[in-house]
Amino acid sequence: MSGPNHSKRDEIRSYATGYGLALALTGAAFAIVYWPSFASTTTLAIVLGLALVQMVVHFRFFLHISLRKSARDNLYLILFSTLIVILMVSGTLIILLNLRVRMM
Amino acid sequence: MTQGIWPAVLGRFDWQALPFVRAWNNPTASEIIGAGAALIVIISAIFVVVLISRLGKWRYLWSEWLTSLDHKKIGIMYIVLAFVMLSRALIEAVLMRMQQAAAINNPGFIAPDHFSQLFSTHGSIMIFFMAMPFLTGLINYVMPLQIGSRDVAFPLLNSISLWLTGGAAGLMMISLVIGAFSTGGWSGYPPYTELAFSPGVGTDYWILAVTLGSIGSTLTGLNFAVTIYKMRCPGMNLMRMPLFVWTALCTSVLMIFAMPPLTVATALLALDRYLGFHFFTNDLGGNMMNYANLFWLFGHPEVYILILPAFGVYSEVVSTFSTKKLYGYTSLVLATAAIAVLSFTVWVHHFFTMGQSADINAVFGIVTIAIGVPTGVKIYDWIWTMFLGEVRFTVPMLYSLAFMMTFVLGGLTGIILAFPPLDYLVHNTLFLVAHFHNMLIPGLLFGMLAGYHYWFPKAFGFRLNEKWGRIAFGCWVFGFYLAFMPLYVLGAAGMARRTQAVFEPAFLPWLYIAGVGALVLFCALASLFVQLWVSIRERDANRVFAGDPWDGRGLEWSTSAPPPEYNYAVIPRVQGLDPFYDGKRNDDSYAPPSSYDDIELPKNSMTGPVLGVVAAVTAFGLVWHMWWLAAIGVLASIATVITRSFVRDVHQIIRADEIERTERRWLSAVAAAKPIPREVEMTSANQGLAEV
Amino acid sequence: MSSSEVKHPALNLCDSDELTHGLAGSEVLGFWVFLMSDAVIFALLFATYGVMLPATVGGPTPASEYNILPVFLETLVLLTSSFTFGMASVAMKHGAPRRQLLGWMGVTLVLGLAFLGMELHEFATMFGDNAYPTRSGYLSSFFALVTTHGLHVFFGSLWIIVMMVQVMTFGLDARVKINILRLGLFWHFLDIVWIAIFSVVYLQGLIR
Repeated sequence: MSGPNHSKRDEIRSYATGYGLALALTGAAFAIVYWPSFASTTTLAIVLGLALVQMVVHFRFFLHISLRKSARDNLYLILFSTLIVILMVSGTLIILLNLRVRMM
Repeated sequence: MTQGIWPAVLGRFDWQALPFVRAWNNPTASEIIGAGAALIVIISAIFVVVLISRLGKWRYLWSEWLTSLDHKKIGIMYIVLAFVMLSRALIEAVLMRMQQAAAINNPGFIAPDHFSQLFSTHGSIMIFFMAMPFLTGLINYVMPLQIGSRDVAFPLLNSISLWLTGGAAGLMMISLVIGAFSTGGWSGYPPYTELAFSPGVGTDYWILAVTLGSIGSTLTGLNFAVTIYKMRCPGMNLMRMPLFVWTALCTSVLMIFAMPPLTVATALLALDRYLGFHFFTNDLGGNMMNYANLFWLFGHPEVYILILPAFGVYSEVVSTFSTKKLYGYTSLVLATAAIAVLSFTVWVHHFFTMGQSADINAVFGIVTIAIGVPTGVKIYDWIWTMFLGEVRFTVPMLYSLAFMMTFVLGGLTGIILAFPPLDYLVHNTLFLVAHFHNMLIPGLLFGMLAGYHYWFPKAFGFRLNEKWGRIAFGCWVFGFYLAFMPLYVLGAAGMARRTQAVFEPAFLPWLYIAGVGALVLFCALASLFVQLWVSIRERDANRVFAGDPWDGRGLEWSTSAPPPEYNYAVIPRVQGLDPFYDGKRNDDSYAPPSSYDDIELPKNSMTGPVLGVVAAVTAFGLVWHMWWLAAIGVLASIATVITRSFVRDVHQIIRADEIERTERRWLSAVAAAKPIPREVEMTSANQGLAEV
Repeated sequence: MSSSEVKHPALNLCDSDELTHGLAGSEVLGFWVFLMSDAVIFALLFATYGVMLPATVGGPTPASEYNILPVFLETLVLLTSSFTFGMASVAMKHGAPRRQLLGWMGVTLVLGLAFLGMELHEFATMFGDNAYPTRSGYLSSFFALVTTHGLHVFFGSLWIIVMMVQVMTFGLDARVKINILRLGLFWHFLDIVWIAIFSVVYLQGLIR
């Protein structure tokens, strides 16, 4: 947790925690691909899931986005952007996939 | 060309690039018109340079306007650009209408290649260099005043956006003189715009002009959004903002999220053309449908970027000239927000016919129909505002009335187009062309013109001539109907868009009517310039220095006309909607503040003009494959930005005693002015003070 | 900004730095907005990559071109550089001696340049395999996405150099601080985009 009044040590600890979590999540994702243990679609889903969690870790520990009142504006901005991104990306993939299928 | 370094220096330029050389070699009507257009550009440029030199105004222009970071000046410069580009694009439209009227089983007088360039420049200019600058200029001028702020959040970025847009517009004008423009329409679909089918410079001009403009707009959207979010005066919470500010906010959000898809689409096309990539080519894995998808991910929110500020103007104008509070404020805000969000969900309706399944088309069709509902809510709100109000039929109000009736017609044809099976019949016919002009002209253009008339006195201190305003209005409305209603008939009968020649004699009468309409629209434009000329000539009789010619409601009317550079000597504090209106009724306006403080404003900066010119030069180098020039340009841009970041002295102080003198001069003018009732607001008795 | 507005923790400035806090609000929000527009650009490059993944046209494929070890190393380097920039931010906020701040910024710069170097080496290997962006739609989309990220890292590194010079020239005045804050946002954002890249591009391509 990081706020304007937190001590230097708390802040360093926050960055270190984030770093540690990110390392673990990265390691897990690479490991699960390097040593395949599941079906390929499952592996992909796990990798993407780990990526999503790691992004949240970055936002939380490096960018200080949280549910606190003072961070809320930025949170809303990120959530709205995420909505737009999801609309655009999923729309693109669905439409273009549909077109490819109909072309075959 | 000779050997040696010249090919590297001059890239792919050769003498054939000049329209004069082409016309000399092949003196057809088409080529002569092209050469004539180039001549007009060159002569106009020379004329402007000579005029400024003769008047000795270079220093004034540079230090008072070109390097200014004042949002008011930047706003005015945007609108000047818009009017210049409107003139060019409207003449292009007249030429196209004349060609179609002439070319029935006959080649007409404009060759196919030139005709294609005409519809491409017409569309690109009207959208990127007329409409976007016009609305950006209006928002730039008015919004900070309406929120009680002294400037936008990022004044330097504001100037940079202006100059990027100006540089891109300059590139469009240069394409008339050196080279040719794209023949791929304003949408630039590959594979036609790939090297295989468009090897010339035209598509590159288009890509670079549009990209520079889109970067400018993204930065503008960012600037406006942060300004509205962070710089409102005390007491102005979100639900006390004027509707024009709400629409500016939603427009800004759209700009921020909708311009990036365009940047991606044109950048990928540029990679294909310059580096041989295969995003949209016919071979080696290109997928041209992705371009259509990306382009319209931008293109649909773009049309809402164009219309929302106009809706904001109508809210202001209808309320003021109905002498009544705006009806349904909350519903108007919700409708605006709904339109903004929904605009990201309908883009496929621009390519219903391009191969997706009926299910996908159905989903997007339904959402497209749904997006008409919030607009309908707004129309009702405006009608209810007028109901039981004392409506004054001023020029801005006339535009609003014409909008309400005509835009709704266009909206209904939009509902027709929203049904995929019906769209299959009229896609890419003149029906579509009629529809979108029916939205843009009565919607966007009338809104911009209404805003221009409404806020002109605030910006320049004198009213525009009402008689010529009405003449222009009449020509715009009459001309619009004549020029575009026949296109619905033609489109339903099957005439395709973007056609240089016609083979169906039954189309002839409709095309003649449309041609006459285009000429009437030209008269409308001319009338606007006459109006400006007459108004400037008569300005002393029509001064409204006290600042409130229309008994306005918002904070912008509580300053002098024109406002001082710092807008407000003391940042206002508001307690509700329509703060100035209420203040006048409570005898609370025009009270001098108890004390004056120094005010800090941004200093002028040449970063904007430098970046704009450098960007345009870089683009020119890329178009003509003058790699050395492009490289220098890129390095110069980076160097400019870094250099500017080292400048520390970026503020100027306006001293309290100077502010006091300015304010006292204004307040004594207010005290000396005679308050007037609305009946005489269009006479020279109107000094800008309203009778309450 | 009204005085009652809660101080924003992401600004990460000391209590004592009131004035900078006031200026920072709009400036930092503006930069966040810019990052969101940049995020849309990246998202569409990802979508394009997804669309063009099958467009290998008989040429090099993800399986044939991606190597897990270099990507893993690049990821570690970039992630560490995010951490070191975090340390730089802490040094700035808590008034550490300038040497410390410059030191952490310098380490971040070195790591960023190392990342770029490894990426260029990876591209050179691919070119050796005839896996040029002009070979197929898939390769075009790969190079567009990864190079765009790389260009951002390049300009971020340039920005770090400029800020280091400004710290040495002007000290930690308000503008320098706000710029370092924004640079921090930019740098962390690039690492977030890289998470998506190593997952969606490389790991997806390497799944057997």
